[in-house]
Amino acid sequence: MKQFKKISLLFMSLIMVLVIAGCGSKNKADILTTAKETKTINWGVKADTKLFGLMNIKTGKTQGFDIDIADAVTKKILGKDATANFVQVTSKTRIPLLKNGNIDAIIATMSISKDREKQVDFSNPYFAAGQSILVKKESSIKSVKDVNKDGMIVLGVKGSTSVINMKKYAPKAEVLELDDYAQALTALKSGQGDALTTDNGILYGMVKENPDFSVVGGTFTHEPYGIAIDKGQDKFKNQINKALAEMRADGTYEKLLNKWFGDIPGFSVKEASQQ
Amino acid sequence: MITIFTENWQALLTGLGYTLFSSILALFFSLIIGSFFAILEEMPYRILKIIARIYIEVFRNIPLLVVAMFFYVVVPMYVTNINGFTAGTIGLTIYTSAFIAETVRAGIQAVDPGQMEGARSNGLTFMQAMFHIILPQAFKYVIPPLGNQFINLVKNSSVLAFVAGFDLMYQGDIIASTTFDTINTYIIIGVLYLIITMPLSYYMRHLEKKLS
Repeated sequence: MKQFKKISLLFMSLIMVLVIAGCGSKNKADILTTAKETKTINWGVKADTKLFGLMNIKTGKTQGFDIDIADAVTKKILGKDATANFVQVTSKTRIPLLKNGNIDAIIATMSISKDREKQVDFSNPYFAAGQSILVKKESSIKSVKDVNKDGMIVLGVKGSTSVINMKKYAPKAEVLELDDYAQALTALKSGQGDALTTDNGILYGMVKENPDFSVVGGTFTHEPYGIAIDKGQDKFKNQINKALAEMRADGTYEKLLNKWFGDIPGFSVKEASQQ
Repeated sequence: MITIFTENWQALLTGLGYTLFSSILALFFSLIIGSFFAILEEMPYRILKIIARIYIEVFRNIPLLVVAMFFYVVVPMYVTNINGFTAGTIGLTIYTSAFIAETVRAGIQAVDPGQMEGARSNGLTFMQAMFHIILPQAFKYVIPPLGNQFINLVKNSSVLAFVAGFDLMYQGDIIASTTFDTINTYIIIGVLYLIITMPLSYYMRHLEKKLS
């Protein structure tokens, strides 16, 4: 009988946890109004992705194309004296952080997809990304077709669309999912996989640091990056779209693309800026 | 929460299997390696003592994640090709064995030194005395702290998630990031870990009562 009491106590506490977890929905404030009051927008950005969002160890600041776009959008919406506050996110944490209000918007190499649109809203695309593969220079793999064989191991990052896509484009290959791009690249270097797959923009960043590797076969998907905003924040979303359109019109956008990707072989501004 | 379980039960079950398998392997080998280094430390030779001391101090004071990453990244680069599951399990074994060595050593020291002297004066060698007289008594003392180590080992096996070892945490990470339902996924993962650790802790308690 005593034993039974103990077990039922355990289950009671478990149920309590579930009930508390279920009480998460509270009324959310209008982000645009709060942003105008505080003159700040909190952006969720990557800190491990070269060219898009990378932590500079010396200064402790994150730098990259995403960061510059976020900064420019913030200034367009709230005025020159506004500040863009950057919060580090990963593919795994970005949506929960947006949902619980820790960040106002995500600009973290996030592809617009149907599944994600059920959870969040997206702005217009700001970078025409597509999936590609990275291999060692001496590798026999020339395109995604060469990966579609038994025994091939493809490395990806947990929670990214590229991993899900591999089931479609290379169903025979085994996919290993690691925590972030740095780890995935390390695993590729140490021979834990034959190829690394993700968006071309990120792969170019890896090539810039590691000339022993190359991006092969071009892109095989069309997955543009967008800025993600929580559902029900239409005013904020419209402002972001307006800011993006203005940046395209006044040349800021092209300047930023050239700043970050200009010197990478094979990169085309025209292709990347497609809507 | 139910839908997460019904839609992903295969992945979760695979994860549970890998976690269980890795834990059993690591438990078995870390107990052997740990006891080995504990005996080494108690040997009357200085050089063996120093070797054991270095092993224990090094692996006890490095984060498990670093040990596992070392086997995942460095070993395939220079030695031989091992996958994430193997690398993680080796890391887990070595890390836990350092703690078990300390625990078993405490047990050996808790046995009255008169026992060793008596055994030796009756003509047993050091090894014979160790295995037949000292260790059986020592293990009785250390069952509660060993139980702690075993439970920690099961939980620490979540390090496999970082080296793509297909364990429960790895599957949980993937389910959480594809369904975006982070809270419920991790609650399920927590419950599944409980399913492994609760019987283990109950059994250790039972063993403790039986032997006392």
